[in-house]
Amino acid sequence: MKSNKRTEKVYVYRSYERFWHWSQALLMILLMVTGFEIHGSISFFGFEYAVSIHSTAAIILVILTVFTIFWHLSTGEWRQYIPTRQNIKAQLHYYVFGIFEDAPHPFRKTKLSKLNPLQKLVYASLKVIIIPLMIVTGLAYLYYRYPHYNKIAHLNIAGLEVIALLHTFGAFLLVAFFLAHLYLMTTGETVTSNLKAMITGYEELEADEKKEVINEIITESPEVISEKETLS
Amino acid sequence: MKKILLSVLILALGTFLILNLLIGKNEFQNNLPELKEKYAKKEKTAADHTKFTQLQKDFTRPQDVTAACITCHNERHTEVMKTSHWNWERTEYITGKGIKRVGKKNILNNFCIGIAGNETSCNKCHIGYGWDDPNFDFTDPTNVDCLACHDNSNEYMKQNGGAGMPDPSVDLAFVAQRVGKPQRTNCGTCHFLGGGGNNVKHGDLETELFSTTRDIDVHMGVDGSDLNCVDCHTAENHQMKGKVFSLSSMNKDRSECETCHSNLPHENSVLNEHTQKVACQTCHIPLYAKVNPTKMTWDWSTAGKLKDGQPITEFDSLGKESYTSLKGNFTWGKNVEPEYIWFNGTASHYLLGDTMNPDETLQLNQLYGSYEDPAAKIIPVKIHRAKQIYDKEYMYLIQPKTVSNFEGDGGFWREFDWNRASEEGMKRLNLPYSGSYDFVKTEMTWPLNHMVSTKEQSLSCDDCHTRENGRLASLTDFYLPGRDYSPAVDMFGAGVIFFTALGIVTHAIARFMKWKKKKEGGKEDDVKKEEQGNEK
Repeated sequence: MKSNKRTEKVYVYRSYERFWHWSQALLMILLMVTGFEIHGSISFFGFEYAVSIHSTAAIILVILTVFTIFWHLSTGEWRQYIPTRQNIKAQLHYYVFGIFEDAPHPFRKTKLSKLNPLQKLVYASLKVIIIPLMIVTGLAYLYYRYPHYNKIAHLNIAGLEVIALLHTFGAFLLVAFFLAHLYLMTTGETVTSNLKAMITGYEELEADEKKEVINEIITESPEVISEKETLS
Repeated sequence: MKKILLSVLILALGTFLILNLLIGKNEFQNNLPELKEKYAKKEKTAADHTKFTQLQKDFTRPQDVTAACITCHNERHTEVMKTSHWNWERTEYITGKGIKRVGKKNILNNFCIGIAGNETSCNKCHIGYGWDDPNFDFTDPTNVDCLACHDNSNEYMKQNGGAGMPDPSVDLAFVAQRVGKPQRTNCGTCHFLGGGGNNVKHGDLETELFSTTRDIDVHMGVDGSDLNCVDCHTAENHQMKGKVFSLSSMNKDRSECETCHSNLPHENSVLNEHTQKVACQTCHIPLYAKVNPTKMTWDWSTAGKLKDGQPITEFDSLGKESYTSLKGNFTWGKNVEPEYIWFNGTASHYLLGDTMNPDETLQLNQLYGSYEDPAAKIIPVKIHRAKQIYDKEYMYLIQPKTVSNFEGDGGFWREFDWNRASEEGMKRLNLPYSGSYDFVKTEMTWPLNHMVSTKEQSLSCDDCHTRENGRLASLTDFYLPGRDYSPAVDMFGAGVIFFTALGIVTHAIARFMKWKKKKEGGKEDDVKKEEQGNEK
């Protein structure tokens, strides 16, 4: 595979993105373990510690999310997640058949377009549906009784059941995503290339004749592109 | 663009500020040091009663002692005579039944059942002298027994079967000169021994409390704050705070933990949040009957079996009576886990003459509350279960005459004849008795408030927040994290995770096989692929 294609080292994931990714990963794993302990499925930290770890990790994650939304907006990176109908079939076809035939990836990863169409779809629905669901139900779970304390009776919620069940529902989907994500990580050019990229920021990408020039500019200075967008 | 970004940032910060305000100040109020200081000062009686000439007499009648008290403490008797300690009844609004005068005078329990006809024995614990029949004069101030509550000499005692009169051995002048604020023995003599023995009724009030340790009772331990009953059960004009819902119905005049400890006593705000729905007692009284057993069940239906014409007594492994001919079968419990109910401070009672259904367990006192009720909290209770006598025709509970003062008065404890006992008991209540009786299952609910454990012994999260056999397993009208789940959501979740995992494993195996095959297949295959790639 490596033999005849021209590849080059591209700075794909910037430092904030990597920081966000890994701290989110750590928080998510903590939330998963403690969450399912609170749910009664497993026993690890003990209920009391599980609750305090879960609550603290959740607050940190919300803060991280606020910063990350800001980062996405300010860098224009949010456009990466705009889902597209194009090539979804091709990507699916690759995972189901092509990957076994050693067919090339139908999607060419570049600095400007890091996500394949399936990723775009899944990440967009995570960001628009599942994560907001988890944050809203999670905050309600944490604070639903406190307004009552301050005599704001109309904010009082009669019970936890609906909140808790929605939160659990979202949690199951996130676990499934987490598993799939871990596995699909190994489906890059080599088994570890995606992982390396998310750690170092750099990835060996197939050189694109047309975009080569732009890539070089970005590799030299990551800020250029966002400035260009800001100007436009 | 920059303006938009700035406003997004400000918006985010604003949201957090508002959220922070909404969360509110859940302030931890640690007033334990002040409380310890406050109760470390043990009061001494201001006046030395031995010096009062009014009390330096050779009293022959206890009523004369009361008259002597009143010469200085004039009008105090009028306060006492308004209390339920004196009247054994008070005006209560009972949901569904209206305004009633209820109390020990007319409410049946499922221990010794009721006082009517049994006054000579039961009314030993009345704060008066000589209430042995319905004609007792409740308006005579000299009938008030000041000494029962105010004796500080520990020499005063009432006579068994004396209807509240002092034991003839008591030196009334000696006692009258040594009076003061009520001590544990004054209260405990009646409140620890109710139902005919130590800890029979409450389960959390017993003679151990005359002198106990912090380990047993964090408040009353002599190695701790060494509190007296009246430190919490404060009184104004002889009206004591605190009531027991075997007799009371209304949410008022209660003695509450929050009075001293506030409703935010924990450092941990999650625990403080619990105080909205969970009473302090629930976590802090993990067990009751910690030292001496309490009566858990009482089956009157087996009473009356005689051996060679004589009543018998059998004992259980705890050394407590398991059968007596006088009272039937008992079971006892020690270190018992409470049962838990929702309680909003109001209760209903079975009243004399109320009809009942003998096929159902009859609740003698029903404590109200549910999750939906904002006033209700989860409280720990002892439930005393019994089988007691009822009239099969009139379908109401019978109050039998149990105590016998002389041969032929019908008292069950001498004659062992339920018909005679029922006839005499009901005659006293002016209710007809049909002549046919049976036994019905009844329950009585006793909230637990005393013998509070140390914080180390209190319940921890896992005692309730657990899937199986949690303390709150029987309270199912709300979602309890750690215990509850939706089988549908969990089934869906397990399915999603299973199929994802299945997909991953299948895919990974297929990839691995292909990779292995390719490795074995050698370079031929590789070349082919390269050609294909080049064509593309």
